[in-house]
Amino acid sequence: MSPPQRRRRLPKAAPKPKPAPPPEGPGPHAGPGGQGRPREPERLYVVTGQVEGGDRAELDLVTLIVACADAPPTAQPEQSALLRLCQAPMSVAEVSAYLNLPVSVVTVLLTELLTAELVQARAPIVRAELPDRSLLEAVMHGLQKL
Amino acid sequence: MDFKSSDTVPGPRAEDHLPHTATAAVKIVIVGGFGVGKTTMVGSVSEIRPLTTEETMTQAGIGVDDNYGSDTKTATTVAMDFGRISITEQLVLYLFGTPGQERFWFLWNGLFEGALGAVVLVDTRRLEVSFDVIGRLEERGVPFVVAVNDFPDGPRYPMEDLRAALDLSEEIPMMKCDARRRASSRDVLMTLMRFLHSIAMASA
Repeated sequence: MSPPQRRRRLPKAAPKPKPAPPPEGPGPHAGPGGQGRPREPERLYVVTGQVEGGDRAELDLVTLIVACADAPPTAQPEQSALLRLCQAPMSVAEVSAYLNLPVSVVTVLLTELLTAELVQARAPIVRAELPDRSLLEAVMHGLQKL
Repeated sequence: MDFKSSDTVPGPRAEDHLPHTATAAVKIVIVGGFGVGKTTMVGSVSEIRPLTTEETMTQAGIGVDDNYGSDTKTATTVAMDFGRISITEQLVLYLFGTPGQERFWFLWNGLFEGALGAVVLVDTRRLEVSFDVIGRLEERGVPFVVAVNDFPDGPRYPMEDLRAALDLSEEIPMMKCDARRRASSRDVLMTLMRFLHSIAMASA
């Protein structure tokens, strides 16, 4: 018996760091739906109602967040909880998991806290900007200790 | 929104806190079809109990063939399990496993573009469920390795046959693994890192 067969795909044009926001308006006959393709989902902003393209901080799932001040008395409960969680460095993904909030909502909360300088963000190292091989070697060394 | 009172938000256990010296993180994504053991692999190597993060997206016209022309919008929650490995006092590795709904992962901004690379976990009982995800990684130029999770009742194919069936080029590493075992999952991650290292060497 032989296994099912896949066909290789070729790389498309250079990957964009960020896909373009979906077009406005879910017109039933507009856009790619005409070619029989579903429209791409757009993000849902529950807490603040910010729209795509608003001033959100560039935060990755693994950006590390550290609180640098206590919550002011005026802080929302979500923000206070976030500041308590981030007494030690914590990734955006972990904040989302512990607060039980979608990442886009956490991003909006964090943008406000970053603006108010109540938290610091430590950016991740991403593949596109790998400086040299020493990072990969450090990860390998760390895995070997597991 | 269903946010609970802030007093009841459970935080990490004391031993799950990162040290204050942690300055940067990297991530690896583990992909594959439903039920191939992605979350198992995350859990077997993670230093924390795996957590779940999610993103809510709205989409018009899911199941376009049935609803073409309708205005309905469906909210879709895309969930991901993840774990963590502290590499040094400064550097942290996060592992993301992606349950179900494959086509939505690729709409998660920066998930793959920012990752060091990906592990494709395949199950020989349902090889074809990994075809689409492999194709998407190829299209995006995300480096990946293929790990065959060794289920006892899965059909046994020689690796060369699997490589041919998956239409993988020679340089892409393939290996068998047991995602339940920490040492085996670690070896898969090491294979990915060596592959990334060889790419970095070749481009230097």
